[in-house]
Amino acid sequence: MRAPAERRLAAVLLAPALAVLASVTLYPLAQALVLSLERRVPVFGIDEFVGLRHYAFLLRDPAFANALRVTAVFTVASVALEVVLGVAAALALATMRRWRAAGIGLLLLPWCLPGVVTARIFEWLYEPTGWLGIPGRALPALIVADVWRTTPFLALFAYARLISIPPAIGEAAAVDGAGRLATLRAITLPLLAPVLLTAALFRTLDALRAFDLMYVLTGGGPAATTETLTLYAYRHLFQTLQLGLGAAAAVLVLVIVALVAWAHVHALDATEART
Amino acid sequence: MSHRRELLVLLALAVYASPVAWQLLTSITPSEELQQGARLWPSHPTLASYAVVFTQSPLPRALVNSIGIALTTTLLGTVLGTLGAYALARLAVPGRRALVLGILMTTALPAIATVGPLYLTMRALGLRDTWGAVIIAHTSIALPLMLWLMARFLRALPRELEDAAFVDGAGRLQALRHVVVPAAAPGIASAAVVTFLLSWNEFLFAYTFTATEASRTAPVALALFPGVFEIPWADVAAASVLTSAPPLLVVALLQRALVRGLLAGGVRE
Repeated sequence: MRAPAERRLAAVLLAPALAVLASVTLYPLAQALVLSLERRVPVFGIDEFVGLRHYAFLLRDPAFANALRVTAVFTVASVALEVVLGVAAALALATMRRWRAAGIGLLLLPWCLPGVVTARIFEWLYEPTGWLGIPGRALPALIVADVWRTTPFLALFAYARLISIPPAIGEAAAVDGAGRLATLRAITLPLLAPVLLTAALFRTLDALRAFDLMYVLTGGGPAATTETLTLYAYRHLFQTLQLGLGAAAAVLVLVIVALVAWAHVHALDATEART
Repeated sequence: MSHRRELLVLLALAVYASPVAWQLLTSITPSEELQQGARLWPSHPTLASYAVVFTQSPLPRALVNSIGIALTTTLLGTVLGTLGAYALARLAVPGRRALVLGILMTTALPAIATVGPLYLTMRALGLRDTWGAVIIAHTSIALPLMLWLMARFLRALPRELEDAAFVDGAGRLQALRHVVVPAAAPGIASAAVVTFLLSWNEFLFAYTFTATEASRTAPVALALFPGVFEIPWADVAAASVLTSAPPLLVVALLQRALVRGLLAGGVRE
């Protein structure tokens, strides 16, 4: 096929998908940036340009600082626990032969549930304890629920890498007199590291934008002890109806996501350079 | 590993997944037993809660909405995604690397960043509280993932397949339809499963763009499940089981395809 004709065909094939992404993702994103510079309260017919005033307000707002802290604790604790549990599950899974498919099936069960269902399950599980209503208990309870639903993702991710490691490597280490733990520390974990970093990046980005679990389970309470940045932004967008302020908070979530992604990509490059 | 240790691992995984089974048991426990504290095992199992959910709650309608929305999203995502991915994988696309990177980056976008302006647009277009609004939003989340997964699958196919078709006089589109798509069917299936799950489980957009039974999806109806003075636990459990049944069914039937699809992104050569 001639090159110009081929390029035309490529454009035709890609156009519908790119049109959707441009109009439903990129354009609203640009609108959010503009909105964050405006004071928009539709119920009162207010619509004026205020520049960076919302951002200045957010940086001084104790509720925003609280949301930032809650998000940091939720994200770091969830992802760390998921990585540890996920690697353990992957190691166990990789040693299975006969029941491997059944094991993977059991792991997929919590993973494929809608977040709202997970929230309802844990609401029932925690009901006798009252934790969801106790400041200081609600956030750990929320983290446990999130770890439960997302550890399987990490486990399968790590497992896929594990089974691609030639068994000969482990055998050679055993011949050299290395014990199981030494092999795990010196060989298996370093080989897993790049994949774990990638999986941790995906999970961190998901944790930063998580909404369904906390919205249904705690709604940000009690006393805002589980109000993440996403819940904070949502509250202003759709409950206090200050669209501009909500948009500014949402833009800051986006900035944090971008920073985290950038840091992870750098860490990933560093790990790969070492191996 | 010894057979016994293998069964121990399986047991541990079963315990891990047991809250799902517990929800199932709760859904067939009579409300009176739950109130008396019988939280683990029903002594008189009943389907009464399912009867309540089916006759007195908005869930049946929500399940219909969810099926329609998730299937349409899957169809749109799969067709548009596969066509676009073929161009990315095989044709001369100017600035392909930057484009692929951009597509990958949109998968990281938090929905909260676009939900406000999208809500205003949906309202202005009269799409609020329609299937259309949710389908459009879900397709936009699914497409980047679909494009990326499918481009990987298609690049992994041997070029000789198409070359043989070209020799026989077929054009690009004919080769795509009769050679590439059938050969890529397993990859397409796994990407379609991921898209279906994504649409079925999504909450933020579905919750924001809907307002009544006309378009509320099952997770939204479950989140809003009526309870005036206290939570009707058995009914909520039954509604949860019904809301999770389709994704569980899809995963059970297509576990192999799904695992392959999930892992495609996981292993870097």
